[in-house]
Amino acid sequence: MHTPASETPILRAEHFSKYLGGRKILDDCSICMHPGDVKVLIGPSGAGKSTFLQCINCLLEPDEGEIWLGEKQINVKNSKELCYLRQHVGMIFQDFNLFDHLCAQDNVALALRKVRGMSKQDALKRAKEELARVGLADRASLFPAQLSGGQKQRVAIARALAMDPTVLLLDEPTSALDPELVGEVLTVIRDLASHGMPMIMVTHQMEFARAVATEILFMEQGQVIEHGAPDDLLAPGTISRTQDFCTRLCDLCSGDTGRIEE
Amino acid sequence: MPGFLDFDFILGRVIPYLDRGLLMSLKLIIPATLIGGFIGIVLGVLRVFGSTAIRKSADAFVAVIRGVPLTVQLMILYFGLPSIPWVKIYLAPYTAALLGFIICTASYQSEYVRGALLSIQQGQIKAAQALGMSRWQTILFVIVPQAVRRALPGCGNEIIYLVKYSSLAYLVTCIELTGEAKVLVSRTFRPTEVYFAAACYYLIIVTAATWLLGKLEKKLEIPGAVRQK
Amino acid sequence: MNVFSAIIEALPYILEGTLVTILLVVGALSLGFCIGVPMAVGQVYAPMPIARLISLYVWFFRGVPVLLLLFLFYYGIFGLIGLEVSTIGASCLVLGMTSAAYQSQIFRGAILSLPAGQLKAGRALGMRDGQSIIHIILPQALRLSIPGWSNEYSILLKDSAMCFALGTPEIMARTHFVASRTYEHLPLYITAGLIYFAITFAGVSMLRRLERKVRIPGYNTSGM
Repeated sequence: MHTPASETPILRAEHFSKYLGGRKILDDCSICMHPGDVKVLIGPSGAGKSTFLQCINCLLEPDEGEIWLGEKQINVKNSKELCYLRQHVGMIFQDFNLFDHLCAQDNVALALRKVRGMSKQDALKRAKEELARVGLADRASLFPAQLSGGQKQRVAIARALAMDPTVLLLDEPTSALDPELVGEVLTVIRDLASHGMPMIMVTHQMEFARAVATEILFMEQGQVIEHGAPDDLLAPGTISRTQDFCTRLCDLCSGDTGRIEE
Repeated sequence: MPGFLDFDFILGRVIPYLDRGLLMSLKLIIPATLIGGFIGIVLGVLRVFGSTAIRKSADAFVAVIRGVPLTVQLMILYFGLPSIPWVKIYLAPYTAALLGFIICTASYQSEYVRGALLSIQQGQIKAAQALGMSRWQTILFVIVPQAVRRALPGCGNEIIYLVKYSSLAYLVTCIELTGEAKVLVSRTFRPTEVYFAAACYYLIIVTAATWLLGKLEKKLEIPGAVRQK
Repeated sequence: MNVFSAIIEALPYILEGTLVTILLVVGALSLGFCIGVPMAVGQVYAPMPIARLISLYVWFFRGVPVLLLLFLFYYGIFGLIGLEVSTIGASCLVLGMTSAAYQSQIFRGAILSLPAGQLKAGRALGMRDGQSIIHIILPQALRLSIPGWSNEYSILLKDSAMCFALGTPEIMARTHFVASRTYEHLPLYITAGLIYFAITFAGVSMLRRLERKVRIPGYNTSGM
């Protein structure tokens, strides 16, 4: 799964900083994605994980920092380049953000038609394929309000995948879901990871992170404090901030999320 | 042709005319707001808590008033009533206009009051009853104080509508702000300046009223409660 | 003269005015819609100076009585800018401009009531803001606006009665004309009132049907 470091990364975000009301909420964070990388951002709430993620596709504009897509640096002030970046970086939101006035397949097809310029027929065909891929072929003509939370999130994943993204950003994709619906979404994500889809994910599902991540980045107070392979950071007996955080998280919700450490 | 901003003309001729008109407008607006508002509240309460017969007839009355333009109502009051054979009720222009405004504003206000009363949760009423309050005590001390706050934005809006619709008094020859402007135009043939000046009068009243109502709303706001739209 | 024969005699003449009234209302609503939607979008998304300018427009048209606006534009401004319009055209324009101010506030409220994530999701898919607004924001906002719009329709219909002050040959003007010749004021005005009542009812129930037709399955719009 790991590729040689010499290869050009598919996405690089370097030295991102962001200020909010005079406070530095993101402080010199960098991330570099190679094909097949699955990187997980963890850390306490307010650490800047979501901010960092949303800066990568410029939903929040970073005050400092540079972003490269492949070998091309993106000028985020240029709206054309910005759209180019966003087309190639898919995003999954915590609260789905499906377009409430469109049925599932139209949700997927809309950007295909308007951004990629596909014909209605082609876009719908592609939309159905993507929905089938997340196991929702039979729900294609239902509207968001008729779907369960887990189904909504899977439609959102299909919508992002339809754009053939280079990298997928996932912002706490399961935290708005009822516990019994988390599994179906994680299964889809795990499946994507095993097919080599590069992903950056913010999550509190530690066990899941450990299973799919190629690297874990631990953030606190706007900075990436530690990063490394999950086995290095979370191996029993290791003394790391990540380990410490996970132990506390585990203590807090033990019995709820189940087993994290043996 | 004199310039558009002819201050001598505006100060010397327009302002005195419009001031006289403004006075008449206020004589219409203020009593109509107060009397109409009071009747509106009573009507609104009756439409929610009255007996079936009262509720039905009040609803029908309000539906008719709201479904027919104020212009038509004023025409009926001023030109229509005298044409009834045998009875022949003659109203002075001012009386006809004021009466029309009161009926109209009361109907609209009752609608907001009714909506606000209906929006109070059943739990509040049950809690009051559980404490041994009578029906009218519950209405007076629990429901109305909450409903007033909810009705205020709508009722305030209605007052502002009334300020603007007071211009219709001109149609029944009660010469207020718009009427004076019209008279002045027919004497000076300078419509743009005169009407624009009159528009400024209205803008000032409406803006001031909006500001005051906003302040009142803020003052009555219940701490911590989500602001009603 | 018999009251009923007076009404029946005058009815065709007044009903012709009904057509003018409907023309005024439909024209003004459409004009108001065409100006109101871009104004609402501008007020929410445009840079400060443009948003301010739109607010100024809204403030003016919402602060001045329609009757005075009719006089100001028909006798004043339209002449000043060399625009020659019939009374019907002038009434339509003035009512339309006024309605634009009110409609823009209905649409603005609807746009603001949508969750912010909708625009974000559009952006995340690489759509330009203009595209997101047209394909994502407006289809939802306009659906939410229908109840407010139906209210605006009935207000506009009633306001149209003021146009008779310009001599626009609509329901009121014709009724007044017949009444002043036959002296059957009361029955004639009541007839006019009934016609307005009927048009209001017909229009509102049509809009309610539209609301049901474009309703998004499973989505509750009654919260507006």
